[in-house]
Amino acid sequence: MYIIIGGGGDIGYYLTKNLLSHGHEVLLLEKGASRYQTLSDEFGPAVFRGDACEARTMEEVGANRADVVIAVTGDDEDNLVICQVAKKRYKVNRTIARLNNPKHTDIFYKLGIDVTVSPTKSILSLIEAELPSSRFVQLMTLKSAGLEIVEVRVAPDSPMVGKALRDINLSRNSNIVLLIRDQQHIFPTAETQILSGDDIYALVNREGEEELRKAFGTLE
Amino acid sequence: MKIVILGCGRVGAALAGMLDKAGNNVSVIDQSSDSFLRLSLDFQGTSIIGNGVDEDVLIRAGIREADAFAAVTNGDNRNIMASQIAREIFKVKKVVCRIYDPIREETYRELGLETFCPTVTGSKFLFDSITEKKQK
Repeated sequence: MYIIIGGGGDIGYYLTKNLLSHGHEVLLLEKGASRYQTLSDEFGPAVFRGDACEARTMEEVGANRADVVIAVTGDDEDNLVICQVAKKRYKVNRTIARLNNPKHTDIFYKLGIDVTVSPTKSILSLIEAELPSSRFVQLMTLKSAGLEIVEVRVAPDSPMVGKALRDINLSRNSNIVLLIRDQQHIFPTAETQILSGDDIYALVNREGEEELRKAFGTLE
Repeated sequence: MKIVILGCGRVGAALAGMLDKAGNNVSVIDQSSDSFLRLSLDFQGTSIIGNGVDEDVLIRAGIREADAFAAVTNGDNRNIMASQIAREIFKVKKVVCRIYDPIREETYRELGLETFCPTVTGSKFLFDSITEKKQK
């Protein structure tokens, strides 16, 4: 695959390294002179000095034959424009944007960016998951399907404690797919009982999230 | 009319002054409070410090009630993103976006954004005035 990456910061650097090692044809775009020098010392011709927001640069690197364009600069407006121009002007099939501000998720999606990745949001949920107090964490969003993967830590006072899954009246909006108990995984059946301290992983849609929160008593 | 202007540089400040004088309700957004010194002393509108691609800042500036929105910061991409937020999320009827890069301007004009490119209009003006002189 021919992959163009805009922005040679830390993320752009490691992404390039990784994709090159998988045998892809990668071109990393970096506009800063000194950063470009550092990157090209390591990656050679896989780095190109230029601004990924400039149509002229994109033309020069043959954006119209790119399979994927990934924008990972530190500015959301730049990432948006890189992806939009790639999509509309160069008919690139798949565009992926880094979101620095998680609040921009909706607008990027609305404006036709295929995939957004928000390191800020991911780091927040990872840290949240490690906090002893938190009991309901969104781990991942499967945007195209409108689903989320969530983690629930069952509190001692949760109404679910001691119940078997068959006795829990969850609607079709959520599906409990995994339990972790004492560091052992359990693929639940109808007979599986929920105990205090279990970590439950579930697939939910928008309505399902609230229902699940309610059922487990984690509604704030 | 309620009008929100993003960017209080020379153009933003002048535009805000003109619209204000013409009796409109004007809000100007800029990241730096120093920029508001460019506004004329009798400016009656509101000035808001903040990032123009942040929905909360736009809401504070009254974008929900706005009849028109103009993006005139010195960053093309910022103008493009803010204009699309104004149009797609807040459904502002009249949105105008300044884009210096002619190729980017063309792309977004084709996408339906109302754009204007000072690079094209400025160089065309200069070209006309120079070649006209030659002919005389």
